[in-house]
Amino acid sequence: MATAVATKGNEFEQMGSVPTFQVTLFVRRFNPEDGQEARWEDFDVQVHGTDRVLDALHKIKWEMDGSLTFRRSCAHGVCGSDAMRINGRNRLACKTLIKDLDITQPIYVEPIKGLAVEKDLVVDMNPFYQAYKDINPFLIASDKPAKERLQSAEQHSKFEDTTKCILCAACTTSCPVFWTDGQYFGPAAIVNAHRFIFDSRDEGAELRLDILNDKEGVWRCRTTFNCTDACPRGIEVTKAIAEVKQAILRGKA
Amino acid sequence: MSKPKVHHYEYDVVIVGAGGAGMRAAIEAGPHAKTAVISKLFPTRSHTGAAQGGMAAALGNVEEDSWEWHTFDTVKGGDYLVDQDAAEILAKESVQAVIDLENMGLPFNRTPDGKIDQRRFGGHTRDHGKAPVRRSCYAADRTGHMILQTLYQNCVKLGIEFYNEFYVLDLVMTKVDGVERPSAVVAYELATGELHVFQGKSIIFATGGFGKIFKTTSNAHTLTGDGVGIIWRKGLPLEDMEFYQFHPTGLAGLGILLSEAARGEGGILRNASGERFMERYAPTIKDLAPRDMVARAMANEVREGRGAGPNKDYVLLDLTHLPPEVIDEKLPDITEFARTYLGVEPYTEPVPVFPTAHYAMGGIPTNVQAEVLRDNDTVVPGLYAAGECACVSVHGANRLGTNSLLDINVFGKRAGVAAVEYAKTAKHVPVPANAADEVISLIEKVRKSKGTEKVAVLRKELQDSMDKNAQVYRTEESLNEALNDIAALRARYENISVQDKGQRFNTDLLEAIELGFLLDLAEVLALTSRERRESRGAHLREDFLARDDEKFMVHSMAYLTDKPAKKPGDNIKVGWKPVIVTNYQPMERKY
Repeated sequence: MATAVATKGNEFEQMGSVPTFQVTLFVRRFNPEDGQEARWEDFDVQVHGTDRVLDALHKIKWEMDGSLTFRRSCAHGVCGSDAMRINGRNRLACKTLIKDLDITQPIYVEPIKGLAVEKDLVVDMNPFYQAYKDINPFLIASDKPAKERLQSAEQHSKFEDTTKCILCAACTTSCPVFWTDGQYFGPAAIVNAHRFIFDSRDEGAELRLDILNDKEGVWRCRTTFNCTDACPRGIEVTKAIAEVKQAILRGKA
Repeated sequence: MSKPKVHHYEYDVVIVGAGGAGMRAAIEAGPHAKTAVISKLFPTRSHTGAAQGGMAAALGNVEEDSWEWHTFDTVKGGDYLVDQDAAEILAKESVQAVIDLENMGLPFNRTPDGKIDQRRFGGHTRDHGKAPVRRSCYAADRTGHMILQTLYQNCVKLGIEFYNEFYVLDLVMTKVDGVERPSAVVAYELATGELHVFQGKSIIFATGGFGKIFKTTSNAHTLTGDGVGIIWRKGLPLEDMEFYQFHPTGLAGLGILLSEAARGEGGILRNASGERFMERYAPTIKDLAPRDMVARAMANEVREGRGAGPNKDYVLLDLTHLPPEVIDEKLPDITEFARTYLGVEPYTEPVPVFPTAHYAMGGIPTNVQAEVLRDNDTVVPGLYAAGECACVSVHGANRLGTNSLLDINVFGKRAGVAAVEYAKTAKHVPVPANAADEVISLIEKVRKSKGTEKVAVLRKELQDSMDKNAQVYRTEESLNEALNDIAALRARYENISVQDKGQRFNTDLLEAIELGFLLDLAEVLALTSRERRESRGAHLREDFLARDDEKFMVHSMAYLTDKPAKKPGDNIKVGWKPVIVTNYQPMERKY
């Protein structure tokens, strides 16, 4: 069979012509059972054009060191298991294509910051989940409709962006305020409060705004936009936080 | 080495799995009974969240529709292997299921007058096949995500107790009054390596699918069929395991799902010459034919040399004629997948796609109350199953798109209601003192193993064999090859070792245990596929191309026996169970 000729500009077709390249990963390792401090360990990995950082981590785990530990599930950016710090930026490992990184340099992979490291890339997510629970992340409504509640497309659009959150913690653990003050609710909890505060069907806005008016609430936000940059779902996190601040000051529009 | 620590708990209702079905059950059970939900993941990581296109319900919000049409479509879509009483319940209760979710806060897309919007989906038709109908209720192309989030939010509201990152590895059955009854499940805690015995009056399995028996799959890494495998190892039957759905539009080479909603919104499948080939296979509803037909048509185009791309090994999903604003509003996630993972811009370029292993129609047999069956009609008291792990059977030989998000809501709810009802009067079945021993020996065997085989190598060989031998096209020969491969892998599995010997977050160990379940389920699938010598729905036998209603309008029921396997698969007994027919006699399936 003739070798396929890759057409210009179509990366998929070039998969056949440039099958693999080698990258070096520096992975932050920590094993609570071996008595050692956290340390960097490097691995050379052969990867394909469509491989993501998650694929490289799997290659290490499956072919070189089975003890490398990280969370993952869906592998296409919807379950939120594999947020990690890749080359100093919070991302999902399954959504970060290796070819999009600078592969002439080693790729640094470490756990997200601000939460206690349990083992390798696994952190204790409980404080993060607790902040989420603290904002009452559920619809509060007193009516008992027999059918669906009506909601216009315009009303829906006010909070649609924040419904996309997958609780991966990429935003919260990219926030410099959260790094120094673990009591801060953090962007993800505020995003989830926003999702209900601006839902026309919800009656719990005041309760949530009260909670977020706390000293560990929205006013800790310094609008550095790290969270917006980090969000793998493209949520305008900083904007959502600003809208919550506005709602506290002026009531929700 | 010292034995791992074992903790004990007592609940009324124990739910295994925190996806859509498990959490829907929890919402029913939690307020009325002491309920625990145990999940190998944090609940919102469950794969329900990856479902995209929608949830079927004959609301009739945008055009005339009826539950009876929905029932017919489900039966016909399932190639008449659907139990019609169950399909009626699914369709009738769909409307309330959607209203429940909306009332819980689910942000559905809306019609101009503020009602829940609906769109077209494969196999859902007006008046028994006359034309596609708008039946799918949706939230952009992340309906599953919104269902999962909404159910979790309501579990938080109700204060449901979750045990997250706990891997249930065994079901404890105790004989009382001559009947084997479930008394507890045994879970391994990922964080500590400790074991937990959860005693429950009612136990619900809602553990999802097992797509990881295949290489190309839309399924998560964690979908290894642990729950279905546990039931199997108890000697309880599995139903219709040969029926596995290959979703037509996986991203080529990767298997990542692109929702059927893309075609529901007007997307068109084309071959290398740009031909809209579905016109040849399903002249009336074309690209909106059921998944089995579309997947087969795609595979056939490639096989006959009309595939696109340098290796002619995929077809193209064309959205370029859709206005970018429609794509952005209704299909934002899947078009981003195409951009992220293949570097293709769906506004202007067609997307390379090929079928991907997606959904198990078969699983743990239940009746319409979600009670698990130990044979064709005897209930296992106190044991329930719902969602993809179960087979009730509403999907028959081929599930329609949007019927699975419906299934988890309707039968998840039913399981929760039935479990509470049972727990009200039932007593706890005694749990033996050594209840955790089987799991302890399983874990210690793997941890101490010093073999030469690697888990990842065996898993890959299994997946390669299943893709080659038990995918869209099957023959007696290919299925025997799969069975031989599995038997050989099983022998090598005895000689594995894991590198991580630790107690904390030992995912190396768990991947080895998960592979054990994959091997078991792959074997059942291959064997029942071999024994069903006809073609029906998703199951295509090239050596038996016709549907054979005379012999095979029956569900398969596979049982693990103690019989030594001289030949691969000998230790599995396959029985058959009648299909429940109410209104619809089997007809030729044309679209």
